Amino acid sequence: MSRLRFRPRRDVVCREAVELVTDYLEDALSQAQRRRFEAHLAGCPDCPEYLAQMRAVVALAGSITPDDLTPRMREEFISVYRGWRDDGADDPV
Amino acid sequence: MPEDPDSELVSRVRAGDEGAFAELAGKYQGSMLSIARGYVPSGAVAEEVVQEAWIGVLRGIGRFERRSSFRTWLFRILVNRAISAGVRERRSVPVEDMGPVVDASCFDAGGTWRAPPEAWADQVDDKVIAAKISARILSAIDELPLQQREVVTLRDVQGLSSGEVCTVLDISNANQRVLLHRGRSKLRQVIGSEFGRGR
Repeated sequence: MSRLRFRPRRDVVCREAVELVTDYLEDALSQAQRRRFEAHLAGCPDCPEYLAQMRAVVALAGSITPDDLTPRMREEFISVYRGWRDDGADDPV
Repeated sequence: MPEDPDSELVSRVRAGDEGAFAELAGKYQGSMLSIARGYVPSGAVAEEVVQEAWIGVLRGIGRFERRSSFRTWLFRILVNRAISAGVRERRSVPVEDMGPVVDASCFDAGGTWRAPPEAWADQVDDKVIAAKISARILSAIDELPLQQREVVTLRDVQGLSSGEVCTVLDISNANQRVLLHRGRSKLRQVIGSEFGRGR
């Protein structure tokens, strides 16, 4: 063990930064990792766009609205529901 | 635990409101089918699995104690049904494609971008563009490997927390993040290719 000897960590490069993006967005990086990641972003002309694109992916996926049930499907669900309701509800515990 | 977004609908279903059941069905049916399809050989079998899951939900809803959110409980039922009906075994460790998420040729020897991503992130704010891309993203999610599709669908499309996703899929948080990372990275590429070169 290198006792008390401070060794500066190597800077994050772009190739590593793209692999850290999700952990960064998930707040799963250690404080030191987070600092190094953010230091890289601050000095990199391209990685901020990459991060913004990953954020955009999350936003786009979250904006997908489910298709409305077709009238036929809705009818099927309602009939399943009525079958259950008229059947005396729950299974015995 | 944050409040269950389906709390009111669940109460209405229990009280005999068939419209509330149809509403829940509409909200979750698409994602359930997408997940079930990863486990079983055909779309028809997937539909059966999903229907069985809904029947399981109705049978159990009177006993559902709200210790988890409704959606966690629902997807857990679905995954269990899908596993018992399925031909694919669930693996807890993602072994599918473990290479870098951006092709190595995009970086120089020092690891700096040689072919940086073309800018498009701010165009997504445009509603027309976003609507067009949303359609594409849904099919791109369906093309992801099963485990990535599950995590992205639950987490990003349906908005479950990471804890909820881990409970539904019975995976560790670290594992969940790996799958999420790979899935999102692929979607980024697909969307990028809609805008240009897709790097």
